[in-house]
Amino acid sequence: MERIPILKMGPFLLVTIQVDLYDRLALTLENDLINMVSKTEAKGVLIDISAVSIVDSFMGRILGNIASMSKIMDAATVVVGMQPAVAITLVELGLTLSGVHTALDVEQGMELLRTKIGQLDTDEEGLYDSFV
Amino acid sequence: MNKESAAALKAKKKQIMEVWMANQTKDAALRDDLMSVAELQQQSEEFLTSLLKAFSSAQAEDTDSAGYEPIHDILNEISISRARQGFSPRETSSYILSLKEVLSQMLEERFREEPAILYKEIIAMNKIMDSLSLVTMETYIKGREEVILRQTNEMSEISTPVIRVWEGILALPIIGTLDSARTQVVMEALLEEIVATGSRIAILDISGVPTVDSLVAQHLIKTVSAARLMGAECIISGIRAEIAQTIVHLGIDLTNIYTKASLASALKMSFAMLNIQVTKAAQTGQTGSKQNFGF
Repeated sequence: MERIPILKMGPFLLVTIQVDLYDRLALTLENDLINMVSKTEAKGVLIDISAVSIVDSFMGRILGNIASMSKIMDAATVVVGMQPAVAITLVELGLTLSGVHTALDVEQGMELLRTKIGQLDTDEEGLYDSFV
Repeated sequence: MNKESAAALKAKKKQIMEVWMANQTKDAALRDDLMSVAELQQQSEEFLTSLLKAFSSAQAEDTDSAGYEPIHDILNEISISRARQGFSPRETSSYILSLKEVLSQMLEERFREEPAILYKEIIAMNKIMDSLSLVTMETYIKGREEVILRQTNEMSEISTPVIRVWEGILALPIIGTLDSARTQVVMEALLEEIVATGSRIAILDISGVPTVDSLVAQHLIKTVSAARLMGAECIISGIRAEIAQTIVHLGIDLTNIYTKASLASALKMSFAMLNIQVTKAAQTGQTGSKQNFGF
């Protein structure tokens, strides 16, 4: 069965979707990704959808789900490289993906994740300090 | 229309042409500033020749028949060119109506002794000419609509330029009312430009938008959300006092969107977001006289 590869890059997971997602593939990806997050204790997930040209409400929901699940498991989600047509479709469908961070390309997405992690670290230290 | 009257009209073609031209030129509606008399003469002659030919054809009464095809073509051409040149509807329709007058005169002369036939022939001729004048008006309006459509397209294209004001910062001055169709154009242009330039910030300046109602606000929010999905942040600037009042009175929620009063403050904010510092250069040499701006 077709699977989308999930790459580990330091504390982050990198997923590049190169094919048009059909429902089953999207569900498998959601499943694999969450398992991977729990296995590697990743701090961030970066999903590159620059090659995706068609999107529907289901796909939008899956992206939202991945973000919510990752958040519960303490990982930030960044979706990068969304095509203009895809963005317009999602907005028309009323899906603004409020829990998801976005960036223009992988480079900027990585930078965003790094700053998020930095914030988390300082937050935790602060928490620890106040605790002590 | 019978053969006899068709033949009679054909025989008097020269006379008809003269009277018709005289009618047209003496009419106050003639715009010799838009069209020369010689041009009009040539156009009218061509038209009359085809019309008389159609009159003598077997299906003279049916203006949809093949015999009238060249006439329709000429009329279409005339009406469209007149619509583009800025003739009024009255000026355009008087072209056909003045010919009708001449033709009735000629028929009257021919059948003066036989009122029954005259009546019948005049009715038949009227019917044909009326249907032709309808064709004229129809094409005229079509021509005008084409002009309006073209202008609308041009306007929406002119009024939505996407400007790159800094590396990574785009500005989009919106001028005129935002409707659904324009929002679509604006949104697409902005998103395409974001991809092309890799800009992280887009400033939507609405100083040129006369009124903001709930629909316009909805369109703005849509544009901002779409840009955000692609990874760019939007700032709405140029919000005037009355617009701020309307937005609050309408209960539109813009709390999730960055808003600024002027383009300058929006630009300042984008600098802060991109960690860019703009400072005044230290003055070197004498002040005022010769400054090198790096050109």
